[in-house]
Amino acid sequence: MATQFTRMLAGRNTAVVLASLGAGTLATGYLLTDSTAAAERRMLYPPSADFPDLRKHNNCMAASLTPAIYAHLRDKSTPNNWTLNQSIQTGVDNPGHPFIKTVGMVAGDEETYEVFSEIFDPVIKDRHNGYDPRTMKHPTDLDSSKITSGVFDERYVLSSRVRTGRSIRGLSLPPACSRAERREVERVAVMALSGLKGDLAGRYYSLGDMNEREQQQLIDEHFLFDKPVSPLLMSAGMARDWPDARGIWHNNQKNFLIWINEEDHTRIISMEKGGNMKRVFERFCRGLKQVEQLIHERGWEFMWNERLGYILTCPSNLGTGLRAGVHVRLPNLSKDPRFSKILENLRLQKRGTGGVDKAATGDTFDISNNDRLGKSEVELVQLVVDGVNYLIDCEKRLERGQDIKIPTPLAQFRR
Amino acid sequence: MPFGNTHNEMKLKYASAKEYPDLSKHNNHMAKIITPAIYELLRKRQTPSGFTLDDVIQTGIDNPGHPFIMTVGCVAGDEETYEVFKELLDPVIQDRHGGYKPTDKHKTDLDPAHLKGGDDLDPNYVLSSRVRTGRSVRGFCLPPHCSRGERRAVETLSIEALDTLSGDLKGTYYALKNMSDAEQQQLIDDHFLFDKPVSPLLLASGMARDWPDGRGIWHNVNKTFLVWVNEEDHLRVISMQQGGNMKEVFNRFCTGLTKIEKLFKERKHEFMWNEHLGYVLTCPSNLGTGLRAGVHVKLPNVSKNAKFEEILKKLRLQKRGTGGVDTAAVGGTFDISNADRLGFSEVELVQMVVDGVKLLVEMEKKLEKGQPIDAMIPAQK
Repeated sequence: MATQFTRMLAGRNTAVVLASLGAGTLATGYLLTDSTAAAERRMLYPPSADFPDLRKHNNCMAASLTPAIYAHLRDKSTPNNWTLNQSIQTGVDNPGHPFIKTVGMVAGDEETYEVFSEIFDPVIKDRHNGYDPRTMKHPTDLDSSKITSGVFDERYVLSSRVRTGRSIRGLSLPPACSRAERREVERVAVMALSGLKGDLAGRYYSLGDMNEREQQQLIDEHFLFDKPVSPLLMSAGMARDWPDARGIWHNNQKNFLIWINEEDHTRIISMEKGGNMKRVFERFCRGLKQVEQLIHERGWEFMWNERLGYILTCPSNLGTGLRAGVHVRLPNLSKDPRFSKILENLRLQKRGTGGVDKAATGDTFDISNNDRLGKSEVELVQLVVDGVNYLIDCEKRLERGQDIKIPTPLAQFRR
Repeated sequence: MPFGNTHNEMKLKYASAKEYPDLSKHNNHMAKIITPAIYELLRKRQTPSGFTLDDVIQTGIDNPGHPFIMTVGCVAGDEETYEVFKELLDPVIQDRHGGYKPTDKHKTDLDPAHLKGGDDLDPNYVLSSRVRTGRSVRGFCLPPHCSRGERRAVETLSIEALDTLSGDLKGTYYALKNMSDAEQQQLIDDHFLFDKPVSPLLLASGMARDWPDGRGIWHNVNKTFLVWVNEEDHLRVISMQQGGNMKEVFNRFCTGLTKIEKLFKERKHEFMWNEHLGYVLTCPSNLGTGLRAGVHVKLPNVSKNAKFEEILKKLRLQKRGTGGVDTAAVGGTFDISNADRLGFSEVELVQMVVDGVKLLVEMEKKLEKGQPIDAMIPAQK
């Protein structure tokens, strides 16, 4: 019977012989740390043997990852043992998304952004239009009173929505979290939310306890997140153990909602039918601040730092994590060949009304801000307000047979 | 995931009860067998390459139940998995393989001369015949756990070995990533190529990672002998042809397999095998022979008979649709194959299929003529 020490000294060939003897001989091996076996494997398979084939790929990770960076980072891990291979798996498995250039990597915990900064920093710079985490600071501003002209013409704007995400410091993120951690996120969030009052008072619906009909109802109302079929989510390990510890909390009016344990620990959403973006943002800021207060009282805080702002699973959501958008009818403008350029200069993006993985149908679009990092929440919402007002103005002009202009491009970062 | 322990250490800080999965809606072998006590015992362990209990059972947690077949719900990441986690896997194996005990020994018999008959299945009913098995290359992690480097090494080794085959077994390797979409679809339609990885069973266990890197198909000129590289197992070896001559299919199967094993040995590699579990493969359901011998057969009348399931059970056969394990049967044509893998030799299993399908075809003919088949129903094999 091989002892613990024999296993340590044994080379690969001996391990092979022991394996063929079958019952019991390796039973003592399992209590070792992985260092010996892992060291052997590293020697057998240098980083060049493991470098992924990214020749057909079109995502930010593939654009920035070089064999040299991979070689530096492959054998490192965060304190919770999250590795580079795990971060990039989603980008390796998903060469390109038809409608949107994907990031192609995710964080498993807060430390991921530090330990693997050699790849995350250039990806962040690429995705966030030149924001350099090494030299720049991200501004946070949740004072909704600063917003002007935030009420849209409801003949065009059908609904308004602002969302962001928040991660709970000290717990791993959805690609990495264990079931216990995920359940802890749920417990902390639900406990905090139960302290909300007035127009924010509401209740929690655990996904596991909902029946299919309730689920479908919430999806149709655009409240609930997709059942996990998106290959981006699945390759990143975010669909594990579904629907354990997932759920949705919402207030009685259904205009303030929290998603628990989908792509982030929490997603906070304020929305309503119609065009009153100012009111939507006011409720958003008020609700967020109260939730933060409630978790502080229990000794928890959100992941945040001044380099990257709020820390979320996907690098595309760093900074504010904020997407402010409307469902807007633009039957004439959407057919105009200048539509894309107008959006680009206004720093807006269009999606279909079924979420990021769906194409637009008909003349109704989801229009929202492109940027997340390097501008504050107030700046981004104002940008959407001004931009959507401009689009509506163009639509009205085209209706009347008048010409429209492409606006000058907006500046990227506050000077 | 390779090299690390998928932060098992961190999870151990939480009490076992907090980590225990919710299996209340589940119907697979893993969910039937696992208990909080087993979970608590095994979660502290890992194989030398870092495969942990959660890695073993993740697919069973994420896939509560398959519509057509009772799934196993666990996978192995390397050869040692079956040892290190035996408190879970031995009972799962016992449940799945008809009471096979941890002390039982498995016999291997790849001598096609031992098969009786099998060359005369009626081609008006039996459209095609096929035998497949899997082989794992010792010393490499299995598809749920292997790194890209290991997967490529298995591919390189396989190509090297297969390139030396000659005669009617001489063939070519087609790497999946170099195939065009049209070539790929053609091979899938011919029933030669494996599915693009959409099966949730494969996706949840990590077997689809890095697709299509390191995957491919080798086949001989006649397309009667094929090897899949790096799908659910390191190698899947398949012999198939149109019509009902199972004997010829099995001959070619045994000859080819024996040659391949020899070629690997010449390169100082052997297949994972031991006398208790036979050939070691990724899914516990494929241990032993890893063999599935089957036919595509037209049974429109028999399949509508109320006793169809019972007959299959008695014959130790199983039905599937003609598009693979995740499909349903279409138009009365079924894939009929052996239900067992472990505890019977290769010859014994193919014999069961040959005898069983012969009987089913006779029953079909009787029902066509409006005659009863009750007297033909066999005793339990």
